Amino acid sequence: METLTSLFDAKGCPLDKQKFTWREMASKPISKLDDDAFTRVRIILMNGIETDALRLKNIGARFHGELRQALAQVRRCEQHQATMVNWLLSADHSPLETTVAYEQVAIEVTAAVAQTEPDPYQAQTYRFGLLEDFDHLYRYSAMLDRLEGKDANNILQGYTDIIPSRPTTVHHRAPEDDLRDSYQRDSAALITKIHAAMITAAEYQTHDYYMTIGPTFADPLARQLYAEIASVEEQHVTQYGSLQDPGESFLEKWLIHEAMEVYAYNSCLEQEENPRIKAIWERFLDYELGHLNLVGELMKKHERRDPSEIIHGSVPKLIEFKSQREFVRKTLAEEIDLRAKGHEYVDKKNEGHASRDYRNQLNSEGIAAEAVSAGYQWAPGTELSLKKAS
Amino acid sequence: MQNATKMGLNCTGAQMSPMDSKEQLKASQEVRPDIPGNERKLALVRTEEAAKADAIGSVPIPGSARGMVKTALNKLVGVSPEVLIDKLGERLAFERGGVRLYEALMAKAQAIDAVDEQMLKTMKHFRDEEAEHLQLVVAAMEKLGADPTAMTPCADVVGVTNMGVLQTISDPRTNLAQSLNALLTAELTDNAGWELLIELADAAGQSSISESFEKALAQEQVHADTVRGWLSEEVMRQV
Repeated sequence: METLTSLFDAKGCPLDKQKFTWREMASKPISKLDDDAFTRVRIILMNGIETDALRLKNIGARFHGELRQALAQVRRCEQHQATMVNWLLSADHSPLETTVAYEQVAIEVTAAVAQTEPDPYQAQTYRFGLLEDFDHLYRYSAMLDRLEGKDANNILQGYTDIIPSRPTTVHHRAPEDDLRDSYQRDSAALITKIHAAMITAAEYQTHDYYMTIGPTFADPLARQLYAEIASVEEQHVTQYGSLQDPGESFLEKWLIHEAMEVYAYNSCLEQEENPRIKAIWERFLDYELGHLNLVGELMKKHERRDPSEIIHGSVPKLIEFKSQREFVRKTLAEEIDLRAKGHEYVDKKNEGHASRDYRNQLNSEGIAAEAVSAGYQWAPGTELSLKKAS
Repeated sequence: MQNATKMGLNCTGAQMSPMDSKEQLKASQEVRPDIPGNERKLALVRTEEAAKADAIGSVPIPGSARGMVKTALNKLVGVSPEVLIDKLGERLAFERGGVRLYEALMAKAQAIDAVDEQMLKTMKHFRDEEAEHLQLVVAAMEKLGADPTAMTPCADVVGVTNMGVLQTISDPRTNLAQSLNALLTAELTDNAGWELLIELADAAGQSSISESFEKALAQEQVHADTVRGWLSEEVMRQV
């Protein structure tokens, strides 16, 4: 695995030089048809990261009066970065098509992370969550086909399989079974901290998106499906959020978040093929280096700590934005029957009563994920291409 | 299922709250617009954006053309192959969506207290014809060496256009007449779409394709006429 050691050394663009106009923030979107699916994956991931940057800083400001001005200044820039990134999605994506794209992000990025994560327990957690998002993709693809008459593969572009995984029906767990052991701030590798911050951010965005668009559907099954999967996404935020050491100071978490943003934009920059979008990644990498340095100075001032205590060592060269088909299939074959019990992963026969009882109650009046996907087999050009008029 | 329109406590009109509405009107007459101009200002920006916008996307290169194999596309006369493929893709997307619209409508029609079995049977028949039509378009695209699984720009755009129809029919609260009204929008557009496609195929010298589409057009004309009749009956029944 290739690694980087000097990614975080540059000073980047100073905050007072990070400027925007409304027109550039709402500039030309990508083409749903002609751009590569991984360009859209990167856009969705980076919007998730930027909106989480806002979230972390807004909550931090509630606790830390001395940091409020700096937080507000950095946040304003990130608001505009998030806008410029998210507005790259074109309006011809239906909300369900965008949902399919969100699940592709969750699958392909989490699979990439799971393979470079050095902590075995954390890697197991990514594989566990990955199989659930993989199943969501299948359920939503069935919904897209059976509601709008559209092929999810027009979004996925062949990179991601559309098959059942660990069934959504059994994702619903008692809250205590969604908590995980955290990494230890003093011993964990920097990339472990970056991964936890990044995947939590991505899942949080997915949760918020489903909560926003779910009620805009008229179809009753779509409304139920979004209600069901949004609940699982909240479980995922709980799960991934608990991977982070609660003993880290706020400034430490802020610093890690900025380092994660630098790492993610750098990965986007290295792999982007659309030159217009690549220029945005390059610009924002420079902005994030500016933020990282600013937070480093704040850490020195307020905590009398050297940020290099945290931002040191090497990180994997890139988040690999490519089809992780073989890894996902292998994980599916080996781990579909895993369940969570407390902080541990167990075989389904050993799952605890708390989650079983919780799930039985929620599922007692019907399960949308099953209703929308009964007998669904994806085929190029929708399942209708499999069937002559019946 | 509520299948008739009734009088009730609709809160949306200004006449429902005359005192408040009077105050509102007074305020908007007293406080003048702060920005000079009119809606042309908005139109100006729209025009600027339209002038510099990128296209929705492109028509994919036919699979067999990639291998430099001679295809029926090479024999097209009078029209650009991408125009014909784009419009074929549009019809294909429309018919796929049409199957799903009929399925949603049939599910709703079964919730009516006194189900009209004949109407349901006819809807099922129309749904199956929509499925046959999509197979017709698939066959035509394959004959031309085009990929029927790709989403062409016009296919994408009709997907956007039809979202309102879908939202109307899939809403469990809309009654049969409201759903039929939405379906009529789709069927009338579908008729015009088939007519244009036949014209296009003829202009391209693809007479066998245009002939195969004539049957679909005739069936779509029956769909539109029947849906129009159902709508009329349903509304008049409530009078």
